[in-house]
Amino acid sequence: MRARILLLAAIVALMGAAPALADVRSEAKAQVEFGIAVAQRGLWKEALYRWERATEIDPTYAAAYNNLAVAYEQLGDFEKARSAYEKALEIEPNNLTIRQNYDLFKEINDRKIRGSDR
Amino acid sequence: MTARSGVLIVSVLAGFLATACTSFYEVPIETPIQPKLDVTNYSRVLIAGFVAGGSDEVDANIETVRLLRSQLRSKSDLRVIEADVLPLIEIAQEQAREAAADSEKPGLPDKIGTENDLEAYERVFANVDYWKRLGEEYQNPLIVTGTILFAPHQRSGFVTREREVYDQFGRRVTQPVRTYMERKGFILRPKFMFIDGRTGATLYSETFREEVLYNAQQNTPALSSYFELMDRLLPNFLNTLSAQKIRGTRILLK
Repeated sequence: MRARILLLAAIVALMGAAPALADVRSEAKAQVEFGIAVAQRGLWKEALYRWERATEIDPTYAAAYNNLAVAYEQLGDFEKARSAYEKALEIEPNNLTIRQNYDLFKEINDRKIRGSDR
Repeated sequence: MTARSGVLIVSVLAGFLATACTSFYEVPIETPIQPKLDVTNYSRVLIAGFVAGGSDEVDANIETVRLLRSQLRSKSDLRVIEADVLPLIEIAQEQAREAAADSEKPGLPDKIGTENDLEAYERVFANVDYWKRLGEEYQNPLIVTGTILFAPHQRSGFVTREREVYDQFGRRVTQPVRTYMERKGFILRPKFMFIDGRTGATLYSETFREEVLYNAQQNTPALSSYFELMDRLLPNFLNTLSAQKIRGTRILLK
């Protein structure tokens, strides 16, 4: 709990210290970057929260939707993962990285659907 | 502030700064897949036995029961019942003889070599009374049974292989070449049936098919081929009864 409060304090400090975060995309990007940092340490719920915030701040930010989809996958929420990937591809249809992530997701999701149909 | 939380904050901040320099981050993920069958009403599972055939080299009934029991023991929350493996072929033949006395139903083939032979034996799974009685004997567990065809198989045709050659500068390079090959191996086609031990009714069934082919000169023991093929489909079987995690990687973007 204490560590969580300190983490949040650190985020607030980082937000306040960076004047470049003034515009919408920069603010969203800060959330995305922090989400990546915590996801790399396995804190997926915190990452999910950060990427959700990023998409709220900037609904045209494809990378935030891509990352959000990955977090939903990790947490087993396939419907939300699909819709986040589709949103990311709607914004950036030619982004090969998002496409690749989505294809890998579909492979697992199709297998799950096949299983539940039997 | 504890030393542990200090380390965590420093590492997160370091990560935050590091992310400012690159745009792609490959992360490992573990996707949880929910079980296909709701087994919350069962605390025990009986891997009863299988109608098996196709090869005399492997007793697919005994081997499958042994393998599934050991897998479920370590990878599922259900308690695995240790019981004698049912000789389902004999049981099915006996039931068929009894039924033949009452009707004109044809008998069952003595030797199981093909999928059609196995299909004839599937009547035994529809005998609700039999499975209900078996369920009562073991205090109403989830019963796993089914059919297994493990049969030799061979196929000839063109395959693409890599061939090493030396180019004009004397360097070793590989080239794809298409060659005609005789190959032999095995087919494994299990059908798993999940039966409610309280009612004797089939809850769910699932069929798989795997095959492996080797160079005709290669002499691979049938038992190791059997395990190689079972190994491929075990995650799917286990996912019927317990949640599984699929490991993979994804790219995070900035």
